Amino acid sequence: MEEIFKEYEDKLPAKLIDDIKKNLPANITKAKLKEIFEKVVDEYEKAKIDVGECVGLVAAESIGEPGTQMTLNTFHFAGVSEMNVTMGLPRIIEILDGRKSISTPMVEVYLKAPYNQGGNVKELAMQIKEVVVEDVASEFSINLVDAIVEIRINENKAKNYGLTAAAVGKIISKSFKGIAVKQNGSSLIVKLDDKEESLNKTYKLKERLKLIHIAGVKGIKQVLPVKKGNEYIILTAGTNMKSILTLEFVDATRTRSNDVHEIRDVFGIEAARQVIIDELMKVIKSQGISIDMRHIMLVADTMCVSGYVKGITRYGVVNDKSSVLARASFETPIKHIIKASLVGEEDKLNSVIENVMLNQVVPSGTGLPGLTMKLPKKT
Amino acid sequence: MTEVYLNHKFVGTVENPQQFTQSIIDERRKGTIPTNLNVLYDEVSDNVIIENDGGRVRRPVIVVKNGTPLLTEKHLQQLNKGEISWSDLVKQGVVEYLDATEEENTLIAFTKEELTKDHTHLEISPIGLLGLTTTLVPYSNYSPSARINAGSKNQKQAIGLYAANFGLRMDMDVNLLHTPQIPIVKTVMHDLSGYNKHPCGQNVVVAVMSFKGYNMEDSIIINKGSVDRGMGRSTYFRPAIAEELRYAGGLTDEIATPDKDVKGYKSEKDYRLLEGDGIIYPEAQIKEGDVIIGKVSPPRFLSGADEYSLTSNVKRESSLSVAHGEQGIVDCVLITESEEGNKLVQVRIRDQRIPEIGDKFTSRHGQKGVVGLIIEQSDMPFTASGIVPDLIFSPHSIPSRMTISHMIELLAGKVGALGGRFIDGTTFDAEPEDVLRKELLELGFRDNGVEAMYNGESGKQMQARIFVGNIYYLKLKHMVSNKIHSRGRGPIQLLTRQPTEGRAKEGGLRLGEMEKDTFVAHGASLLLKERFDSDKTIVPVCEQCGMIAVYNEFKKRSYCPNCGENVDISHIEMAYAFKLMLDELKSLGVYPKLNLKTKY
Repeated sequence: MEEIFKEYEDKLPAKLIDDIKKNLPANITKAKLKEIFEKVVDEYEKAKIDVGECVGLVAAESIGEPGTQMTLNTFHFAGVSEMNVTMGLPRIIEILDGRKSISTPMVEVYLKAPYNQGGNVKELAMQIKEVVVEDVASEFSINLVDAIVEIRINENKAKNYGLTAAAVGKIISKSFKGIAVKQNGSSLIVKLDDKEESLNKTYKLKERLKLIHIAGVKGIKQVLPVKKGNEYIILTAGTNMKSILTLEFVDATRTRSNDVHEIRDVFGIEAARQVIIDELMKVIKSQGISIDMRHIMLVADTMCVSGYVKGITRYGVVNDKSSVLARASFETPIKHIIKASLVGEEDKLNSVIENVMLNQVVPSGTGLPGLTMKLPKKT
Repeated sequence: MTEVYLNHKFVGTVENPQQFTQSIIDERRKGTIPTNLNVLYDEVSDNVIIENDGGRVRRPVIVVKNGTPLLTEKHLQQLNKGEISWSDLVKQGVVEYLDATEEENTLIAFTKEELTKDHTHLEISPIGLLGLTTTLVPYSNYSPSARINAGSKNQKQAIGLYAANFGLRMDMDVNLLHTPQIPIVKTVMHDLSGYNKHPCGQNVVVAVMSFKGYNMEDSIIINKGSVDRGMGRSTYFRPAIAEELRYAGGLTDEIATPDKDVKGYKSEKDYRLLEGDGIIYPEAQIKEGDVIIGKVSPPRFLSGADEYSLTSNVKRESSLSVAHGEQGIVDCVLITESEEGNKLVQVRIRDQRIPEIGDKFTSRHGQKGVVGLIIEQSDMPFTASGIVPDLIFSPHSIPSRMTISHMIELLAGKVGALGGRFIDGTTFDAEPEDVLRKELLELGFRDNGVEAMYNGESGKQMQARIFVGNIYYLKLKHMVSNKIHSRGRGPIQLLTRQPTEGRAKEGGLRLGEMEKDTFVAHGASLLLKERFDSDKTIVPVCEQCGMIAVYNEFKKRSYCPNCGENVDISHIEMAYAFKLMLDELKSLGVYPKLNLKTKY
C-alpha cells in the first residue's frame, strides 16, 4: 500500500493524497487503489489550466464584468455597526491601486484567552486608543503677559485613561525640549525657556501641546469592542500593528489590519498577499457577487511577485512590463516612448497587445503552436 | 428686535415679526402690495425675509381661512359663466402664488377633505404636482413613479398630427400618423390641452399572453389584418435642400442637369428624373442614388494635381442625391431665395411607413416594446365573441415593473369601448376600478377582464383565460428603416485606411477593445488577426536601417532612402495604423527601427 502512495507523491498534491487516504475503505485491494489513483490523476490533469490560456485576461474580465454592477449599490453599508468602513467599488479600487494610505484603516484586535471573555474589554480597548493632551484637558489658555500656556486638566476624563494631572505634566515635560512644566492643582503651567517671549511662539506651543501623545497606541483614533462568535474582539479606526502586537493581552497570531502595506512591513509579503485576497473577497461577498477566488489570487500574486506591494497602475505592475508598446498602450504613451528611445529599448513583441497593434498573430491560444519542418536537402 | 431682509439686503428691524409678516400678507391679498412679493418669518434665525426678485419659482394655491377655502361655489359658477377670470381670483386674494421661501411657514392641504383649522392653504388640484405630459398618463397614481416618468417621456416621441399645416411646412425629419384617434381612457388634461385636436395614438385591442416566444423581452406581436387596415401607418417627411452658393471671383453654383463632361458625372440613369430646370418633378418615385437636385459647382482651387492638367476649367458635379438606404416619393418642390439672396431649392420627400418588425410602440405607462412578429389575422387567437386582438403583449412585462395603471387602462378601455363612452382616468380622481368592473359585468363580460380564447391555427380553446382589453397605443418615431445598417465592404478613412464610422457614411461596426479581449480570452488568435485585417498593408522595409523603404512599381525595383539600393529589402505585412504610428514616432524624433527575422 505505502509504496503506491509513495509512487503518486510527485504526481498529485499532498492534499489530494491525504483526502484519498482518509476516504479509503478498510478492505481495499492494491489493484483497486491503483485504479483509484489513476482516475484521480486523470481528473487532476484535466482540471489543470491549458498552455496558452489567457488566465490574466480571463481574471480581468471575471472581475471587471461583475464590477460594473457593483457601482450602483455602493452605499448599502453606510452607518452600520458604528464603524464606517469603506466598502464596495471604492475599496476595491483602493486595494488594486496599492494605495499607501487607505481611507479607513482598521485593525481587528483579537485577545488572548482570559481577556477575550468580556469582563474588562472596555478598559482594554481604552488602553489601545490613542490619547492626546487635548482629550484630557478641559481648557487651554495663553497668558500673554507671562508668555505661558495654562492647561486645565479634566480629572474625570484623565481617570478614564488611568492618568492624573501630575502624570500628564511629566509626559509633557519629557516629550518637549526647552520648556518648563509646573503643576498648580489640576492645572499645568507650561513656560518656554526661551528668553525672547513672542506671542507667535507661545501660540505655536499651545497648538503643539494639544497633540502630545500621552497614552494608548499612536494612530488609533477610535476603538469599538464587539462580540464575534463567542469571544470579544476590539475593532479600531486607525492602524498601528507594530505597537498593538507588543501589548500583552493581544493575540498576535490572529490580529489583523486591513492596511496591505503595513502588513507587508510587519509580517512580510506573503501575509500582504493574503490580506489583499481576503479584503477583496470581503467586498465581493458583501456585494452578493460571486467571483472565483482564483482570479483574485492571480491578481494578488501579480501585485506581490516583486516582494513589494505594487498597484495595478502605470507606476506599479504596468510599469514593470518588458514591452515598450505594451506600456505605451496603457497610459501616458509619449512618456514611455521617449524614455525607451533615450536608452534604445528593444521590444521583442512577446505579448498580446504589441501583436494586436502590428496586426500579427497573438502568441496565445491558437497562435502559440508553430509547425516546423525540415526541408529536403537540395541535391 | 428682528432683522428684516429685502432681497437678501438688510433694510431694518421690527418689534413684532409675526404681526409684521401677517400684515404684509394681508396687504398683498388686498392688492395694495404687488402680488409677486413673498414673505417669511424664520423663527430659527429670527429674521423676516422678503423676496420680490426675478427667477423664483412660484406656484398658485387656494388661500384657506379657519379651515374653509376662500374659493367658494359662487366663484366657480362665475368662472364657468366667464364673469371672472383667473387673474380676478389672484386680485381678490382667493388664490395666491407662493415661492419656496414662503411655503416654509404654510400648511397646504392636498385635498379639500383633509382640511383642518391649522391649514393655511389648499392645493388647487392634486394633479398640480404633476407636469403636463405626466397628467396625460391615465390612472398614474397606481404605478411607480419611474414608470410614469418613462410613460410621459415616451409620449413626447409619439407620432401624431404635429401641426395641421404640415402640407405647407418644410420641417426636418417629421412623422405623421395617418389615422390618429382620441383615447377612450383620458384625463382632464386631454380636454384642457386640446389633445383631441392633435391626438397621437390609436385605441387597440390587446391580449396579454405569450405567443410562441415572439413577444419575449418586451417585444410585441401585431395583427397583419390591423396593419392592413391602417394601424400604426405613418408618413415620414424629409427635405432635400440645395443652394446656389456664390464663390470668390464671381463664380457660382448652377442648379441644372450636369453636362456629361463635368467632373464626377454620374450615370445618365441617375439623372433621369430631373426636368429641364435640373430639379426633380413631384410624385417621382426615388431610390438610392437617384439625383434629386442637379447642381454643378466651379472647380475647387488647388485640389489634386489632375486639375492642373489639360482640362483646366472643368466644372464639378455637386448634385444632391438620395442617401444610402433611403427611398420615397417626391412630395413637393419649393424654389425660393435664401437669406443671402441665392437661389434655394427645397424638395420634400415623403415615405409611407407601414409597421414592420423592429418598429417601436408603447402604451402610456412606460411599457415600450418593439414589434417582434406580424402575423396573419387568421392565425391570431380570437375570443368567444370573435374579437381578434390587434396586438399581443407579454405578461412578463408586468410583475417586475408593477405598472398597475397599464392593467387598469386595459380594463377601463374595454368598458369604454363596449359601453360606447369615454372613461375618465385622471390621476387621483379617476373612475374607480370596482365601478368599471361592475359595468363590465353588466355588459356581459367577466368583471376581471379575462376571456376564453381560441388558438387561431388549430381552433382549440386555450387552457388559460386571457386578459383582453382596449388600450391606447402610440407609435414612436424610432423606426427600423431609419436605423437598419450593415456593411460588408465599403468606404474607408483616408488617414488610417480603416472603415468609416456611422450609418450615414456606410460605416463598419467597430470591434472594440473589450470585444478584442474576448477573442484573446478564447485563444482565437488567428481569428482575431483576421478581424483586424481591415487596414492590412504590405510595406517594404530596409533590413539594414529598419525603416520603411520604397518600391518602384514601374522599374520593379526597391531602394531605401537611407541606405541606397544595395541592401536587402523585405516586404512586411502590418496594420496601416501601425505604419502611421511609425511615421508619427519619426516626427517626434524617435527612430523606430524594425528588426526583421524569419518567422519560420
